[in-house]
Amino acid sequence: MINFNSLKYCLRQSFVSLKRNIWLALVTSGIIAVSLAILGGFLLLAVNVGQFVTGVEENVEIGVFLQEGAEAKKVGEQLSALAGVESITFVSKEEGLEILAESLGDAILLSGLAGEDNPLPDAYRVKATDVALVAELTEAIRNIPGVELADYGEDLVNRLLKVTSWLNTLLVGISVLLALGAVFLIVTTIRLSVLARSEEIGIMKYLGASDWFIRFPFLLEGISMGWIGALASTAGLAFIYGKLAATLQQDAFAFFLRPVTALEKLLPIFLGLLLLGTLMGGVGSLISIRKYLKV
Amino acid sequence: MIEFKNVTKIYPGSDRPALSNLSLQIDNGEFVFLVGPSGAGKSTLIKLLFREQLPTKGEIFFNGKNIALLEKGALLKHRRQIGMVFQDFRLLKQKTVFENVAFALEVLGKSPAEIQEKVPLALAKVGLAGKENAFPAELSGGEQQRVGVARALIKEPTILLADEPTGNLDRGTSWQLMELFAEINESGTTVIIATHAWDVVDRMQKRVIALSEGCLVRDELRGSYHD
Repeated sequence: MINFNSLKYCLRQSFVSLKRNIWLALVTSGIIAVSLAILGGFLLLAVNVGQFVTGVEENVEIGVFLQEGAEAKKVGEQLSALAGVESITFVSKEEGLEILAESLGDAILLSGLAGEDNPLPDAYRVKATDVALVAELTEAIRNIPGVELADYGEDLVNRLLKVTSWLNTLLVGISVLLALGAVFLIVTTIRLSVLARSEEIGIMKYLGASDWFIRFPFLLEGISMGWIGALASTAGLAFIYGKLAATLQQDAFAFFLRPVTALEKLLPIFLGLLLLGTLMGGVGSLISIRKYLKV
Repeated sequence: MIEFKNVTKIYPGSDRPALSNLSLQIDNGEFVFLVGPSGAGKSTLIKLLFREQLPTKGEIFFNGKNIALLEKGALLKHRRQIGMVFQDFRLLKQKTVFENVAFALEVLGKSPAEIQEKVPLALAKVGLAGKENAFPAELSGGEQQRVGVARALIKEPTILLADEPTGNLDRGTSWQLMELFAEINESGTTVIIATHAWDVVDRMQKRVIALSEGCLVRDELRGSYHD
């Protein structure tokens, strides 16, 4: 029942209504913007944490420490023969000490330990062809004679995964609550619009206006508020994230925090936020219309 | 043709019927006064015709169709061929005379060109040419009601329903308005008017349907307000 003339009329009506309640509309849009920005921020964080965890997992190496007096070459041959091993690197006790000194940043502290007094064992760094094989492979390596210790930092990886999944649940929960609050505000705003036009709506009914003709302006109004809020939040978020990513990339100290910049990963988040805001506006006004417009 | 068949209407929360076992027929092109004291059921009859309310019992036929059974689209079509005039005019205060009348076409999705063409004609017909840009508050009661009539007429209804259209008007203005209704009726529109204006009813000598406590007590072709 909606034709071009009706559509023009409805657009004008929504615009007039928005203008009449401009402050309330702005507050509503603002709340939508804030809740979507928080949700978007969480999503961006989750994507980055996800990439970080994957990075850690992909770089997992099994540290294999040899027993005192074990034949390094023989152990090396056995390691290479295991299924799932991609590469092995030998780290002599001297190299081990150098690496330790470098990471501590103070070679003098360890200077007395060089030569005969070096307490470190010879070691191998083993890289697996597949992250999933790491645990199994570590078990197998522990059974090789001459191996004192084999470890891949499983505690760290597991703890990281646990923390991020907790964090995700918490953040999504907060976002959902905020979104519900925003929808409630839309319902209230639209209700005010409906009340402001209740006389007009009554007359429209007597003039034979279709239900959709009466409802459509309110739906448009809600959708616009949602969309404006979503637009503001995505714009703000994109700006802040862009700045942050640029800073992190330049900062030498943050070399381990490579921010996600791939557009195919970021675009779905921003488009999703826009869609969600629009949807929230639509759903909010539909609830309001259902409740307050008995046409 | 309008036909009420044993229609009873009881509003929720009330034990007394607003209309009780009412049967009547109104032919196309008739001019009918609905009279009776307040609470006799006149407004209920009008609401049932517009299908703003559904009968508790009985059936109402319009041109052979039971209006209680109309689907959404058909109901809209039914309502669009009824022009409504109210005691309190129900004009939009913030709109001009032109805009108030144009509103009836806007809600039906008519084009601006059609609106520009038809509104002045409708206003001329009710004697309000030249008042296009006035706001309702600047008009007399009689003029405001004429705007209401123009708004009802502009969609070319087959029935004009008026609930106490002269309730807020003085006698002279009431009479002029009734003459306008008679004119509209002469062009073929069925006119049904619920009214307390006994002097007008007596003078017009039209069909009178009298209700009392929801029952039909009198139906005369050339009737008067009182027995």
